[in-house]
Amino acid sequence: MTAATLTAGPARGARGGAAARVVRGVLHRLLPLVVLVACWEGATRASGSVFFPPPSKIVKRMREMWLSGPPSHLYFSAEAGDSIAPSLGRMALALVLSVIAGVVLGIALGRSERVLAYLQPLMQFARVIPPPTLVPVFIVLFKLGTEMQVASIVFSAIWPVLLNTADGARSVDPMQMATAEAFRFSAADRIRYVIIPASLPKIFAGLRLALSLSLILMVFSELLPGTSDGLGFELTNAQSQSDLPTIWSVIVLLGVLGYLFNTILLAVERRVLSWHRGARKADS
Amino acid sequence: MLEISGLGHAYGTHRVLEGIDLKVGEGELVTIVGPSGCGKSTLLRCIAGLVPPTEGKVVLKGAPIDGVPDDLAVVFQDYSRSLLPWLTVRDNVALPLRRRGLGKAERRAQAVKALASVGLEDAAGKYPWQLSGGMQQRVSIARALAYKPTLMLMDEPFGSVDAQTREDLEDLVLQVHRAEGMTILLVTHDIDESVYLGDRVVVLARNPGRVRDELPVTLPAGRDQIGTRADAEFVRLRAEVGRLVRGVVKDSEPPDATDAEDADAEAVATAVEEPAKK
Repeated sequence: MTAATLTAGPARGARGGAAARVVRGVLHRLLPLVVLVACWEGATRASGSVFFPPPSKIVKRMREMWLSGPPSHLYFSAEAGDSIAPSLGRMALALVLSVIAGVVLGIALGRSERVLAYLQPLMQFARVIPPPTLVPVFIVLFKLGTEMQVASIVFSAIWPVLLNTADGARSVDPMQMATAEAFRFSAADRIRYVIIPASLPKIFAGLRLALSLSLILMVFSELLPGTSDGLGFELTNAQSQSDLPTIWSVIVLLGVLGYLFNTILLAVERRVLSWHRGARKADS
Repeated sequence: MLEISGLGHAYGTHRVLEGIDLKVGEGELVTIVGPSGCGKSTLLRCIAGLVPPTEGKVVLKGAPIDGVPDDLAVVFQDYSRSLLPWLTVRDNVALPLRRRGLGKAERRAQAVKALASVGLEDAAGKYPWQLSGGMQQRVSIARALAYKPTLMLMDEPFGSVDAQTREDLEDLVLQVHRAEGMTILLVTHDIDESVYLGDRVVVLARNPGRVRDELPVTLPAGRDQIGTRADAEFVRLRAEVGRLVRGVVKDSEPPDATDAEDADAEAVATAVEEPAKK
């Protein structure tokens, strides 16, 4: 939620004052993190444990591994291209597939009460299966590597999108649908201009869940045999060599990525759904 | 241009409308008034083709209505839910024009023109929820105008705005009616409004909803809120319509149902209406 309040800032008011307030807000929120990292640094240095390298060492390792490349590659190293890029590529592909399939199926389900009634129990059942338990099944079903990994991510990320879209599409205001009918909107226009916008707040809520799930499944699917690149592979590789700074580097990077994606998504959501906040404020 | 004959509607065994006969001529402004629960809104939805009648038929310009007819626009009472909050005022007005085969620029130009005719040219870029209730209902009216229908249906359009705004909007309807020569059918529960706006007032009785009587309004076409309402003829008509609405008539009709029964009927109507629209 910090990200939400961070990007929020005051919408109006004096420019300079607002900017100063935002900067102050950011500093205040970062303070606990800075204190925590400082304590961690102190404690790990004092203990000297090989399992817990100090943050400074982790950051150094991260730079060496991923940011030691030439300026022409924005300093990204070849190793970053071998581990981070394939992971993110698979995650992005899987997320796009989940959103497309989830929204299309969700609208179909949400607008047809009978189909929803038939499929609801089945979906609720499929949804509660922990996705990692299905990964072995996907290994059998799909080709090892990218295909299986993308399938694993899609199977977990699609549910929140699908169920939220169905919920949103079902609860479109009947008055808005009556208006669309009275003005004889075509079926495509009804979906594009009424049903999808009306469902967007719910779709975004599902998307946020899908995002964090896909990050988890991205790493998990790369921990399995048949993987030759990606962050998860780097993790297993480092583990086998007892390379703890690298393990920690991957963990920190995953945290940073998760935070970054969430912040970006929230910023997009704020833009796309500005009407929603405005309308809700006007209502109350 | 609009001919309704023997129209009836029932939700299950509950009869909402029965034997409705009504004719509306080209360019006429007909108001339908009746007590709550007399099926006014259902009648309007039947005419709009949103609800299929269980008996009788509606003929618009010689063609029986089966589904929503092509050149008909509806202004709903609930403007805040009928306008789409994710579109600007201009895009709300322009959206129905998509199926008229116009380009985007052309649609927007027509929308702005329609907004100007209801006095809202400055609000085109705003969102509906940034406007007051009265202005939102103006947008709904502009949306109907831009659509250029041959018949405009208005379902208690001013039921949820304050008195002052209501009078302004009533005058707007009269002005639009005169300027565009549009045929308008307006449903209301307000007796004054039915007389003030109508060329003809149709009074409905309830349980089941049926036409009790029709009164031609013999007031001059140019009306104004203060003068017309003080006119002796207006006062006479209002009293007449009021008596008809309350069911105080000479013939031996049974007295109207109690309020409790009435509320039941409404609850049934709204409960059944939602799935029926599918």
